[in-house]
Amino acid sequence: MTKIEMTVNGRAASGEVEGRTLLSSFLRDELKLTGTHVGCDTSQCGACVVHVDGEAVKACTMLAVEAAGSEVTTVEGMANADGSLSVIQQAFQDHHGLQCGFCTPGMVMSAAALLKENPKPSEAEVRDYLEGNICRCTGYHNIVKAIMAASGQEVAPVAAE
Amino acid sequence: MYNFDVETPGTVADAVAAMGRDEAQALGGGQTLIPTLKQRLASPSVLVSLSRVAEMKGVCTGDDGRLCVGGATTHATVAREATQYPALAAMASHIGDPAVRNRGTIGGSLANNDPSACYPAAVLGSGATIVTNTREIAADDYFQGMFSTALEEGELITEVRFPIPEVANYQKFVQPASRFALVGVFVAKFADGVRVAVTGASEDGVFRWSEAEAALSSEFSASAVGGLAVSGDGMISDLHGTGAYRAHLVGVMTKRAVEAAA
Repeated sequence: MTKIEMTVNGRAASGEVEGRTLLSSFLRDELKLTGTHVGCDTSQCGACVVHVDGEAVKACTMLAVEAAGSEVTTVEGMANADGSLSVIQQAFQDHHGLQCGFCTPGMVMSAAALLKENPKPSEAEVRDYLEGNICRCTGYHNIVKAIMAASGQEVAPVAAE
Repeated sequence: MYNFDVETPGTVADAVAAMGRDEAQALGGGQTLIPTLKQRLASPSVLVSLSRVAEMKGVCTGDDGRLCVGGATTHATVAREATQYPALAAMASHIGDPAVRNRGTIGGSLANNDPSACYPAAVLGSGATIVTNTREIAADDYFQGMFSTALEEGELITEVRFPIPEVANYQKFVQPASRFALVGVFVAKFADGVRVAVTGASEDGVFRWSEAEAALSSEFSASAVGGLAVSGDGMISDLHGTGAYRAHLVGVMTKRAVEAAA
């Protein structure tokens, strides 16, 4: 077992992990931050996306020891300081960007990573960026709408596919 | 996953030393290796993580004008920073998905040599040089068949050096579930000739299509390769496509790459 320390959602976090402990397992089982979902566990679905040092990564495909010393942000760290929803989260609610909600944490984290590097993406760029986030309910339409709205752009012209 | 130790060296020297441990396995970004470990298809006793080896990360231009990419450089970094070689940057920007590109590395991709990976086509098509902790290996000598390379036990890819072609382009026919190349073709035109490298198609992994190279070296146009065809023999046949289908795609993707590059 190895003792690791990292900053998670602005707070110091530490724990004992095995070499094989995944970042997703450390967050969920050790830190009890169960907002990071594990869908496929094969790095396909993106439900486990978190930010490590500002970059979106699949927490099920990174070892916890590799995140030692890093700044990690999970969906639990996305709300505003007063507990109200962030712009992206609010847009998901306003535009019904979820049905069962399982993929939503990963969608929100990927959306935040996209808008950080590309504040006004086109609809095509949003869809392209979500390549690694799979939703089996909504068909992506309202997710794309929500992200367009969160970027401050008009959502009405978004065409159904 | 079976359990293993993890070493996180900060220098190439420490990484090489760690690779000397029994049943050690280098870990790049882990985007292939970690899923492989989960399936218990590999059971190393120690993983040597290269993601903290600063001297193996980043993109720069060498004194000879070649583009140098550190072995532990992520696809996202190459996509963003390999501005001197736009075709390479564009290729890197379409590997996997954004989260995969933030972890996956050039060295990891080349060491694995997946027969459908994109980087082998770019490296072979560019005639790049693979630099390890012990030697330099020409791309033509490096790829030795599906999942097989010239790397020795414990040898680490520290850098890859790309000569910059006059024009180049990579065209990938995406296998829509995995995002790997069903067939991908990298075409690069240099002053002394054209190189064409094909991934995703052959049971022997990435290969150079010499007939197309000869035709394109005398006339760099899509019509120059219009009459050429590769045989379906030895091509990968699976539920995604037959060998004949892949062979056909090699021609189509080559033409598209030439058109986009010209």
